[in-house]
Amino acid sequence: MSGGARLENANPLIFQRTGERLLTASEEDEDVADPIDDREIFDILLTPNYSYDPEHPLSLEELNVVEQVRVKVNDEESTVSVEFTPTIPHCSMATLIGLSVKVKLLRSLPARFKIDVHITPGTHVSEDAVNKQLADKERVAAALENSQLLEVVNQCLSTRPA
Amino acid sequence: MAADSIRLLDLVGDFVTGQVDSKATDVANGVKSGQFSILQLVEALGLSLTSSESQTRGRGVQLLSQVLEECYTSLSEREVEVLVAFYENRLKDHYAITPHVLHGLKALAKCTVLPKGSAVSILKSLFQDVHVQSLMLAERSCVYNILISLMESREEELKGLGPDFVFGFVQAVDGERDPRNLLLAFQIARNIIHRGYNLSQFTEELFEVTSCYFPIDFTPPPNDPHGITQEELIQALRAVLTGTAQFAEFLLPLIIEKLDSDMQNAKVDSLQTLAACASVYGHKELSDFLPSLWSSIRREVFQTASESVESAGLSALRALTSCLCRSVLTSNSEDSLHVFLDLVLKDCQHHLCEPDLKLVWPSAKLLQAASGASYRASLIVTAVVLPTLLEQYSSRTQCAQRRTLLEVVQGFIQPTASSWPAEGEETVLQPFRKSLCSVVFSALAESNASLQITAAKVLTKLGQQPGVLAQPDVEMAVDHLSRLVLEEHDAKVSLAVAECAGSLSRLHPAPFASRMIPKLKQEIFSEPTVREDDFDLLPGQSRDAGRQRCIMALASVSTQPSLVRESAPVLLQMLAAAHTGSRIFSVEEVVSVCCSLQRIADQTPNTEEMGHFFHDVVIPRLLTLSLHAALQGENESGHSSPLIEEAVLSAIVPVINTACAALQTELATTMAAQAVYLFLDGDVSFLPENDCPSKIQLLRSQSWTQSQLVCLLMACVCSLPHSVDIPEFDRLLGQLEELSCTSTHPFSYTSAAKCFAGLINKRAAGQTLDGVLEKTLRRISVTLDNQSSAQRIQAFNLLVWMTKALLLRYHPLSAVLTDKVFSLMSDCLLASQAADCFELLMSDSPDVLNRSCHADVRIMYRQRFFAENSGKIVQGFNCAEQGKKSVYLKALSHIVNNLPRQVQLTELPSLLPVLLEALSCPDQVVQLSTLCCLQPALLDPPPALSTQLEALFSRLLPLTASPSMKVRIASLRCVHALSQLPEHMVLPFRAQVLRALASPLDDKKRLVRKEAVLARGEWFLIGSPGGR
Repeated sequence: MSGGARLENANPLIFQRTGERLLTASEEDEDVADPIDDREIFDILLTPNYSYDPEHPLSLEELNVVEQVRVKVNDEESTVSVEFTPTIPHCSMATLIGLSVKVKLLRSLPARFKIDVHITPGTHVSEDAVNKQLADKERVAAALENSQLLEVVNQCLSTRPA
Repeated sequence: MAADSIRLLDLVGDFVTGQVDSKATDVANGVKSGQFSILQLVEALGLSLTSSESQTRGRGVQLLSQVLEECYTSLSEREVEVLVAFYENRLKDHYAITPHVLHGLKALAKCTVLPKGSAVSILKSLFQDVHVQSLMLAERSCVYNILISLMESREEELKGLGPDFVFGFVQAVDGERDPRNLLLAFQIARNIIHRGYNLSQFTEELFEVTSCYFPIDFTPPPNDPHGITQEELIQALRAVLTGTAQFAEFLLPLIIEKLDSDMQNAKVDSLQTLAACASVYGHKELSDFLPSLWSSIRREVFQTASESVESAGLSALRALTSCLCRSVLTSNSEDSLHVFLDLVLKDCQHHLCEPDLKLVWPSAKLLQAASGASYRASLIVTAVVLPTLLEQYSSRTQCAQRRTLLEVVQGFIQPTASSWPAEGEETVLQPFRKSLCSVVFSALAESNASLQITAAKVLTKLGQQPGVLAQPDVEMAVDHLSRLVLEEHDAKVSLAVAECAGSLSRLHPAPFASRMIPKLKQEIFSEPTVREDDFDLLPGQSRDAGRQRCIMALASVSTQPSLVRESAPVLLQMLAAAHTGSRIFSVEEVVSVCCSLQRIADQTPNTEEMGHFFHDVVIPRLLTLSLHAALQGENESGHSSPLIEEAVLSAIVPVINTACAALQTELATTMAAQAVYLFLDGDVSFLPENDCPSKIQLLRSQSWTQSQLVCLLMACVCSLPHSVDIPEFDRLLGQLEELSCTSTHPFSYTSAAKCFAGLINKRAAGQTLDGVLEKTLRRISVTLDNQSSAQRIQAFNLLVWMTKALLLRYHPLSAVLTDKVFSLMSDCLLASQAADCFELLMSDSPDVLNRSCHADVRIMYRQRFFAENSGKIVQGFNCAEQGKKSVYLKALSHIVNNLPRQVQLTELPSLLPVLLEALSCPDQVVQLSTLCCLQPALLDPPPALSTQLEALFSRLLPLTASPSMKVRIASLRCVHALSQLPEHMVLPFRAQVLRALASPLDDKKRLVRKEAVLARGEWFLIGSPGGR
């Protein structure tokens, strides 16, 4: 992802990161159940980028691709909705970013969740086409059968620097 | 004589015609022992050397060469001359003979008696008659070794050859491919350059023949038989390429070209080579290439995603700048440093005006690297950059932008080792002092936490440079910091403020003493104002939290004796007020006061003056207050002093510990006597306000409030240096033993046992000590053997502490005591305590028997204990009946957990079966500590693990559903660690693990889910394209 962003946009706007989630006493208490909340989903999406240097490479958060306000989860109804914003309206990596986000959530959330990933309205030229691709189960499954595509997605999700 | 020559003929015959290689050694030994001379050998060889069969001639020469390699030291000059002439001639012979000839020449080249002129003639015939690159590996190496030997011994003669020598070498080495030979070739090239051989017209050829290997890309073969690393080759080649300024015109374009490469290693190597040559070159060599070098460096630093490329680029820029700084200015030329820095500034400066965009960081780093090269460079850069940044700061209003700008400023105000102003030069920040201060103060006054933190860091850096902050500035800074301590709720800001205050107070103690400490004191003792809205406040905003910050701040600024004299009395006064009840302080607050006192004791310089202060003021005051509180006892009516609380006393112990451990011998001796007589005889004469009743006997008191004061005795006497003699030793030990065996108050008897242990650990070995120990041991044994005794717990407690004291110093009795503890593991009542006591035996105690208390702690006592006792535990485990096995597992996991990691790894293979058994033990404590011990070992797994994986997974995966959250987390971490094993080992388990990890994803605890997400993500990548 960072590779693509570099070619198309060498000096992007950067945003400050939110700090680590603070540990509360109730989280350490055995008997209290913690519901899955927006921040938890947000942290899942950012996890691979947390260990990096503050400037390089930029995380999805610093590029403002994923924002906490655009992540919505309802634990009781088992639904998740994530909106992401490509750095520039003609970003060619939009589908790949969306696919990575979707795969990350599929792997990290319990199977009961219905996962909806789409582009923030009005931020990409081919928004509808990308959204349609991401919503189509068959096409996502087919994309992950393609070993080259899977390779790129896995690289995006790998915690090790390439 | 005749017999010798016949024997020689036989040997030669066997070697040449009989093809018996071992005969060469026999001949060599004969020559070395003086049995035959070289002349005789040549005579004996006679026919073989002149034979018309090239194979026979080859064998002859081979024998001669092998003998020469053994005994070249004993040759005479005349012999050498003849042999050299012979060998030179043989170079023209059949190609099959050449290898043997080269081996002979290699031996001769090492001779110290080589006649004048021979070196030159050897080289001439070598270069003329031999085509080096068509030889085999070993023979090429011979040629290089001949060159190296001759360069060592005949430097003058070789230089007489002029450029021919360089040309010969260039021809010989051209096309070399073996890394072993390359290391030799690079060594020769480096010698040529560094020892001033005449390169003249062959400069470019020599550069070409070496630079063709740049950048080096070499991966050693898998089993790495020769131990040559890529790094070694890189360094050797770099020494050649950067060795002389004559290469500059060829090397710099090459570097610029290689920087365009896609290979990351090539970029890093090029940048590092550039940095290395900049330290050799002058301005003249660099000037033509500066613009293109700069644009390459800039491009790399701007675009890279790799830290190593970035840091190599920055060092290269720093090296270039400092090279330009060294160049001498001439009146007619422009200052090249200025020209270059103008270029850098032109390209980077405007990015600093866009604090939102990504390039602000690399630009700032480049400018900081250039500015750090020298004082002159930093003058030029800061003169341009700082005004821009300060102006940007005032024109921007968003906090995030201001913070970025301030962080960039921070990088510019810290001089590096090479840009530090010399004697008589003033700091480069001189013109900006006022504006920097006003920016920092305005940032401190903002309400944004991260801006305040950055401002505090900048202030720290400003304060560390002499002459930047003037007196009024420091006072202003202290006022700001005081305000932040009193008002700021954010924990991170408080931490940054405390660090800043600590660092500034070291250099400017006076304003802190006069301005900050009185304010803090006032806040601490101010009357609580009744505020209705107190309930609406966030946790960090209450008055208690404010007082808490004041207490911490007092400790942070106490870095100088003059400040300690101001701050410690405030804290002591708080304790006194808490004791009398004139102010209500919670127990937590009193504890944190003690923590602050301990920090002060820890960080004050260890001087006589401070020793007196603690000995005369702080310790007596603490003892008095605790004593008063104890005598007052539990007050039925209303207020009881917090100083009788166990938590408070346990917090006072480290204060006294730290202070006593630092006392000088004389003071320590007085301290010991005062403490001992206070506790034995109730001698209170050294305490202030000594209005206590006489004849108090603290160690024999029936009241728990008094007997628990024994922990303070421990703090006073157990942390003193070894050399201090404790008076009334035997009487003291007797009373401590009595207290620890008979008291029913756990804190009292444990502290007494600790004090006992602390004393016997330091006591000189000998019969007196052994006598005391045996007496106590008898008493313990009697109590323990009496199953119905009410004091078994106390006796066991004393036994454990005694064992620890003796174990640490390798006392012979410790083995007996350890066995005693082991025997208790089958005891029906004490078994589980006996298992837990290994945690205590193996870990460091914070308040006694550790190195900072000057205790006698031998190195590696844990390993020794493990080596001596692990067998017993495993045996006990195997013999124990089913229900009691967990005790042994628990003991084992306590011991293994405290071993250093290196030892754990080596011991793991033998312990693995038991540890696996422990995972299926139902006790959660055992499970947890086994998991904690396994997890680090799994990151670097021993080979023995591979056969146990099946068993490991079948035990680990069910634990991810354990009722204990900590066990679930620890087991998930282990599963995560296992994903890093080689793919072929773990791939068979992938499906099973992914299935098992699906349910922890829906765990009710967030912390468990987090680990499950991490682990499952990694397991998905195994065996998947792009994953690994």
